[in-house]
Amino acid sequence: MAKIADFNAYPDVHGRFGNYGGSYVAETLMAPLAELTEAYLRLREDPAFIAELDHDLKHYVGRPSPIYHAERLSRHVGGARILLKREDLNHTGAHKINNTVGQALVARRMGKPRIIAETGAGQHGVASATVAARLGLKCVVYMGAVDIERQKINVYRMKLLGAEVVPVTSGSKTLKDALNEAMRDWVTNVADTFYIIGTVAGPHPYPMMVRDFNAIVGREARAQMLEEYGRLPDVLTACVGGGSNAIGLFHAFLNDPDVRMVGAEAAGEGIASGHHAASLVAGRPGVLHGNRTYVLCDDNGQITETHSISAGLDYPGVGPEHAFLKDAGRAEYAGITDDEAMEAFHLLARQEGILAALESSHAVAQAIKLAREMPKDGIVLCNLSGRGDKDVHTIAAREGVQV
Amino acid sequence: MSRIDRRFAELKSAHRTGLIPFVTAGDPAPDHVVSLMHALVDAGADVIELGVPFSDPMADGPVIQHASERAITRDVGLMDVLRWVREFRARDAQTPIVLMGYLNPIEIHGYARFAREAVEAGVDGVLLVDCPLEEAAVLQPLRDAGLQQIMLAAPTTAPARMARLCEVAEGFLYYVSFAGITGAAQLSTADIAGRVAGVRAMARAPVAVGFGIRDAASAKAVAGFADAVVIGSALVERLAGAVEADEISARARNFLAPIRAALDAH
Repeated sequence: MAKIADFNAYPDVHGRFGNYGGSYVAETLMAPLAELTEAYLRLREDPAFIAELDHDLKHYVGRPSPIYHAERLSRHVGGARILLKREDLNHTGAHKINNTVGQALVARRMGKPRIIAETGAGQHGVASATVAARLGLKCVVYMGAVDIERQKINVYRMKLLGAEVVPVTSGSKTLKDALNEAMRDWVTNVADTFYIIGTVAGPHPYPMMVRDFNAIVGREARAQMLEEYGRLPDVLTACVGGGSNAIGLFHAFLNDPDVRMVGAEAAGEGIASGHHAASLVAGRPGVLHGNRTYVLCDDNGQITETHSISAGLDYPGVGPEHAFLKDAGRAEYAGITDDEAMEAFHLLARQEGILAALESSHAVAQAIKLAREMPKDGIVLCNLSGRGDKDVHTIAAREGVQV
Repeated sequence: MSRIDRRFAELKSAHRTGLIPFVTAGDPAPDHVVSLMHALVDAGADVIELGVPFSDPMADGPVIQHASERAITRDVGLMDVLRWVREFRARDAQTPIVLMGYLNPIEIHGYARFAREAVEAGVDGVLLVDCPLEEAAVLQPLRDAGLQQIMLAAPTTAPARMARLCEVAEGFLYYVSFAGITGAAQLSTADIAGRVAGVRAMARAPVAVGFGIRDAASAKAVAGFADAVVIGSALVERLAGAVEADEISARARNFLAPIRAALDAH
């Protein structure tokens, strides 16, 4: 692939990131997507909209989130300094709120009274229910029946916030099926409904819009690094399911060629076992959920069921911009197994007093691997995308503990 | 002239409304797809839409989702679908066949390879639900091989875009009667009659109407303003659970017969 001069130039007007992205949806959705693209491109230049978003991010979400030097963890690992971008400290406990606050404001400006969302771990569902409650919008969240079972706390949180949670029982009953069902709802209710997609996937303009709303993570981190450390980090790491927190952290650094980026995908029980969700590491280019990207599928083109201990990473596709960054050689992607994520979870809890989400624990595991191989004056900046309260039941069950 | 074009020319000169049944390939029984296709023709099908099963049928309602899931459980893939078309062609060289489905199975199979094999098997066209006009460049190898791309038009389609679709449509233009998924029953013929008339006036290709047509009455209502009607979910639902070839074919004939009669009485 030719050298990329400016990573900010993507996507193009068709929503393409090189060979990836686009709008692979049924004809009925082309008009609402065009309407959304037009509205979003106008709003992102609108000073009043920007001011409202900034205000909400500061006063409602609690931004900026700090960068925290995990000193004991770094010492324990015995390599480079590990810094954590504390997205877990945001309102609702994850980076997901950055995007839902933004999209909800777009929904309101477009005059849509009803919001729908898909969710895997439930973090995006909670974040959507939260902003819907605050703006007085009706909210319906689609969630796979399997995920409802393993994320009961978040299901209840959504209900407390006034959202309707609809169990999805088709296919593998996980995130991908929830996305299909939300898309079906949208195609049926296009006139009054705004679909808040929770990750950088889906048809154009979603990969771009969700990235833009999460890119505040990297913009803040870059400024914080320069201010507090007088330099940029050597390497960034973040977990990648659909890839919204990773692109959020990476994006502001894409044109800094000396900053390395490593995305941690869910290797589940190991890539060789076949029980994983590592689309970039082990998948191939295909078309899923409205865009061309790396997918996990068989030779018949059927999307395969994935496995990860973390519901939020349990997805057989990935945002098209990550596919593009992988092929361009700008970012690297590696697999972290369930066991490695669990080990990192415990280590961070004991060394730093932080319970990370299982998704984010994959990033912590990757940060530890990277730091170990680097000199002591090196810096690894890891996106701690969410807090782990929602996962305590999963962890207890896995370890045979009755809570 | 393609098989699809010839068939619509025949319909036009006979002043008949075309009947296009949809079945999911491999459901209800992978062993009896070919006999089912012949039964559809016996019952008056003018074009057959054969659904290629896909794991994530975003635009389909529960009936076709479940048919797809059942077929996939029985390991039905694109290669099987092409093999069935080839077998069907041994006895029927006239009835046009359109493969309907989603892009990924073809993307993974390879566009050029699919184009070659599909034409060789006797496929006439493809209707790829998640491949709108903007992305249709990937299908160039299919067009080069002589496969027609059936485009969708919807109530949400903006006027300028509709004009463009009418300009490029080949085979037939598939007008989706309402904004929704397959199998939902909310057809309002009064609403769509005017819209379809407008589309027919613009389109070079004939216009087929689908979504929400599930029996003789709804088919007849649509026949007044469409060149053809597409019936999918209601037929798939009727076939579900049948096991033996005879029973499957009988159900197909019994389901389509009154619809054919209603169209012809129009």
